[in-house]
Amino acid sequence: MSLRTGEGSTGEWEISGRRIAALVERYWYLLRSSWPRLLDLVYWPAVQMLMWGFLQTYVSQTDGALARAGGTFIGAVLLWDILFRGQLGFSISFLEEMWSRNLANLMMSPLRPIEFVIALMIMSIVRLSIGLVPVTLLAIAFFGFNLWGLGLALAAFFVNLMLTAWAVGIFVSGILLRNGLGAENLAWTIMFLMLPLACVYYPVAVLPPWLQTIAWMLPPTYVFEGMRALMIDHVFRADLMAWALGLNLVLFAGGTIGFLALLKSARRQGSLLQTGE
Amino acid sequence: MTAAARISPAIEADRLVKIYKGGTAVDGVSFALPAGSVTGLLGGNGAGKTTTIAMIMGLVMPTSGTVRVLGAEMPRQRYRVLERMNFESPYVEMPLRLTVRQNLTVFGKLYGVDGIDAQVARLAGELDLVALLDRPTGKLSAGQKTRVALAKALINSPEVLLLDEPTASLDPDTADWIRERLERYRAERGATILLASHNMAEVERLCDRVIIMKRGRIEDDGTPAALLARYGRSNLEEVFLDVARGRGEAAEADAEREAAQ
Repeated sequence: MSLRTGEGSTGEWEISGRRIAALVERYWYLLRSSWPRLLDLVYWPAVQMLMWGFLQTYVSQTDGALARAGGTFIGAVLLWDILFRGQLGFSISFLEEMWSRNLANLMMSPLRPIEFVIALMIMSIVRLSIGLVPVTLLAIAFFGFNLWGLGLALAAFFVNLMLTAWAVGIFVSGILLRNGLGAENLAWTIMFLMLPLACVYYPVAVLPPWLQTIAWMLPPTYVFEGMRALMIDHVFRADLMAWALGLNLVLFAGGTIGFLALLKSARRQGSLLQTGE
Repeated sequence: MTAAARISPAIEADRLVKIYKGGTAVDGVSFALPAGSVTGLLGGNGAGKTTTIAMIMGLVMPTSGTVRVLGAEMPRQRYRVLERMNFESPYVEMPLRLTVRQNLTVFGKLYGVDGIDAQVARLAGELDLVALLDRPTGKLSAGQKTRVALAKALINSPEVLLLDEPTASLDPDTADWIRERLERYRAERGATILLASHNMAEVERLCDRVIIMKRGRIEDDGTPAALLARYGRSNLEEVFLDVARGRGEAAEADAEREAAQ
């Protein structure tokens, strides 16, 4: 499959399914060549979920209000992992190219930036699935919490969280292209900025009013509020999901524009050849 | 192929300048390389060879001037020609955990090669990689990795091949073996090859034209025979040292003084 543009174009936006598949194949080879890489995808989400799950079990036995909010901690942990692991899955695949000094090979090949980004998005879903599916099954086994039971709501949460994860991942990749591996830490830590602001474990109302304004600018805030509405009040807030989607589209467009600008800057600065620190 | 396409150079640089924050890397470089030619780019460290090649590849954007490859302006129109060119550089590696076969297959697909399995098998045969195909690239010796990098550079049978120090850090026997393969490829494909190297014997053997760079500028340009005659030397290494130490300018000044007298 390929999408072509007109004769006069530079071909920058032509998309070839074959090139995307080739890059996905490359990451798949890499992933399956190393069992520690595979184990790492499951290990930390499982530890997190178990820790929060047992904490919730303990607190709900001593506090009536929290007992009523049964499952919100585990739900928050699992949704947070979609957001965090989604971005990390995207960024780590990109970092693999820098670690292996392969980036110039790709940039010199006919692979378009948009195809590169699509391949990274596919890999973030693959990596996330490998990590999260076993953990959701563990949540059912240990705490009787069935994330899949959220049905259509889970699909809405997932789409919105992945869009945020990709937007942030794309922008971070641009910074890595422009600044080299010196900016690597950003790939690992940038999403933690969202942890307090997107109100993963508590309602937005807990924040001071001025911080609430900032929180409502972040798409994941709507998802976590929506999750609590569903689990505590048993109401699916479609309005929150619509807001999240709108903000995500803006964030995704911003991330893509930022990535292309940083790629252009990297070409000007010559950092595509020198991707070290 | 039209008459114009036959005449137009495969690679054309026109007053190419690249200025980084640290200074000027390439300073007004112009040359035109005819299709099917093999050109050596000589120069000491920091002469601007790698930056020039990177601009030809479209990896680095010129500060001013233009560079065209197979008629396409780089980097703006690079996607028109990237399937017809390729490169090898010791500064770039292939994923080490992937096997040689996996790496070559992935790059073959990225370059739109049809019949990729047959092409990998053919290159493996030509470059003596058959026994290495299913080994991880990271487990290979330096010489073996260079052969794999060359296989990747030839995976799409490129019309334009850019080589940045293709035999750096190789033992003389392996280096000679690589040169032989490059000569054969050029003869069979009629490819245009631009080769940056510190190895004068390599340049003398492979190239029908030599461009010598120093501090980002072209200091001299000609066939190996013409350069040897101009500097009155018996090999390119001596010519290179003359240029590097400024004896070329001194010799020219002497010649001009003599002519004036």
